[in-house]
Amino acid sequence: MRLRHLIVSVLLPLAAGGCAGSQSALDPQGPNAASLAWLIGAFTIVCGIVWLLVMIVVGVALLRRRGAAEPADTPLAEDPGRERRKGAVVLAAVLATVVIVTGLTVISYLATHSLTAASGEPLVVRLRGYQWWWEVTYTSPSPDRFVTSANEIRVPVGRPVRLELSAADVIHSFWVPSLAGKQDLIPGRDNQLTFTAERPGIYRAQCAEFCGVQHARMALVVVALPPDEFAAWLDGQLRDAATPANEEEAAGREVASGKACAACHTIRGTPAAGTLGPDLTHVASRQTIAAGTLPTTRGSLAAWIADPQGVKPGNKMPMVPLSADELRAVSAYMASLK
Amino acid sequence: MKRRAALVMAVAMLVGCQREQRDLRLDPPVAAALDQVAPTANGIGGAPPDVYVALGGPYESNAYNLGEGKRLYTWFNCKGCHADGGGASGPALMDGWWRYGADPVSLFVSLRDGRPNGMPAYRDKLTTEQIWQLVGYVQTIGMASATTAAPSRNDEMQSRPAENRAPAAADLPTPPSR
Ligand code: HEC
Ligand code: HEC
Ligand SMILES: [Cu+2]
Repeated sequence: MRLRHLIVSVLLPLAAGGCAGSQSALDPQGPNAASLAWLIGAFTIVCGIVWLLVMIVVGVALLRRRGAAEPADTPLAEDPGRERRKGAVVLAAVLATVVIVTGLTVISYLATHSLTAASGEPLVVRLRGYQWWWEVTYTSPSPDRFVTSANEIRVPVGRPVRLELSAADVIHSFWVPSLAGKQDLIPGRDNQLTFTAERPGIYRAQCAEFCGVQHARMALVVVALPPDEFAAWLDGQLRDAATPANEEEAAGREVASGKACAACHTIRGTPAAGTLGPDLTHVASRQTIAAGTLPTTRGSLAAWIADPQGVKPGNKMPMVPLSADELRAVSAYMASLK
Repeated sequence: MKRRAALVMAVAMLVGCQREQRDLRLDPPVAAALDQVAPTANGIGGAPPDVYVALGGPYESNAYNLGEGKRLYTWFNCKGCHADGGGASGPALMDGWWRYGADPVSLFVSLRDGRPNGMPAYRDKLTTEQIWQLVGYVQTIGMASATTAAPSRNDEMQSRPAENRAPAAADLPTPPSR
């Protein structure tokens, strides 16, 4: 009774909940993910049927009674009719295996082939993996319209997106299950991944290749927007950082450009031009900070800046000693960088 | 005899469980105290802060700290002026010859406050902990004797003997007397 309770109350919702949501290969939101989900389904069904048949045959063989006519003491005695039947069974099994394996190979070829066939001019986005965050650069035919951001990819609905994947240090892997399959980011070698989002929404993605202590906290979100909203958002991202609206924010800008922060972070429109950490020009417009570790609020920005090693131990941002006033000012400033 | 062998094995296995401690989060008061070096008047030599001694000099003997120092050496473009330790527009750091002293305090002051003939000050670019990590690393690239710890291996081609192949300095010609 207890056990059944446990199964019903814990395992069932878990199993069912695993199928839907913002990060699920079984709940596809674009053609690539759909063909992969179809492939997973087809393989599961075909292999399931084969497994069932094999189990049935094994069961029958185990349970079948030995016939009275079977002379156990002359096992090598030949019976031509029997031999023929055995031969036919083996032949049928071999043929079925060949047909099934060929069939699975063909559908898997067709499904993976369709992944690279995109229609229309793709939006090219460069995604570079660092230990343990993502740099996102939106390219454009004119170089002055390149935008660098981090830990969040925004894409227009219905238009194919080609990600150009590279890595700065070790191998990472980009996986957004609701939209596409995995693709590795390899130092010194450029990879590509093309996908299309069919519906507006927020899809969670994650690093899928162990890359060091904070691999688990190396996530990002893919936000699919209607094309006009995307264009407006991209124009906003092209602008320099917001100017401080009050004294506190102005003091915060002084901290961000005078302290060590400026050696690692870029805030366009200020002297801060480091390239070792995420671009902070519009940090407050992103949903999360530190690669999906915390939601972007003034409080979590302050918590992160005050003690990055407490929030995400081992990450590459050091604790920069700040006074309480400096911390308050710099987190107000960061929260204003919409 | 058997008992003794078992005991030795047990001790060996226990020692094998020992893992190097990584200090990821230096407490702010310790970091502040580590900044209190007492260099001599000309900025060469001097006394390390008491905490440095109390901590047991973790920046020269801890592989994690050395590895971080190695990363920072590339990140903060020390390579741009000192190359892989062999020297370019900045002096060589591995020839065993130092303009401002080879001891940790001199190196710390070289990095934090800069030096007059073109070494920039990193006071506002690096934290105290990072400067110490670099000091530890700079000491390993030209070391004359083996230490028990080494940073991670190079990702690029080696332009000099690896840090864990001491003594590296012994392979080099004697530095010119300047
Ligand atoms: C040595 C380089 C370095 C210094 C100095 C540094 N940071 Fe960072 N910072 C990083 C790195 C690397 C990350 C990414 C960490 C991660 O997610 O693993 C980061 C992340 C951040 C983020 C989150 C950004 C995002 O989109 O996820 C904020 C905000 C931030 N830093 C603010 C600051 C401020 C303010 C200072 C100065 C007080 C500072 N940083 C100093 C390297 C640095
Ligand atoms: C812009 C070029 C430049 C950069 C970048 C630079 N250095 Fe230097 N460095 C120099 C020059 C030039 C000197 C010699 C200064 C003098 O003689 O007064 C020097 C001196 C030094 C010394 C003292 C050497 C001695 O003989 O006593 C050390 C140690 C040192 N640098 C380490 C570093 C480290 C570590 C970094 C990276 C954080 C770095 N430097 C970055 C140019 C540079
Ligand atoms: Cu990873």
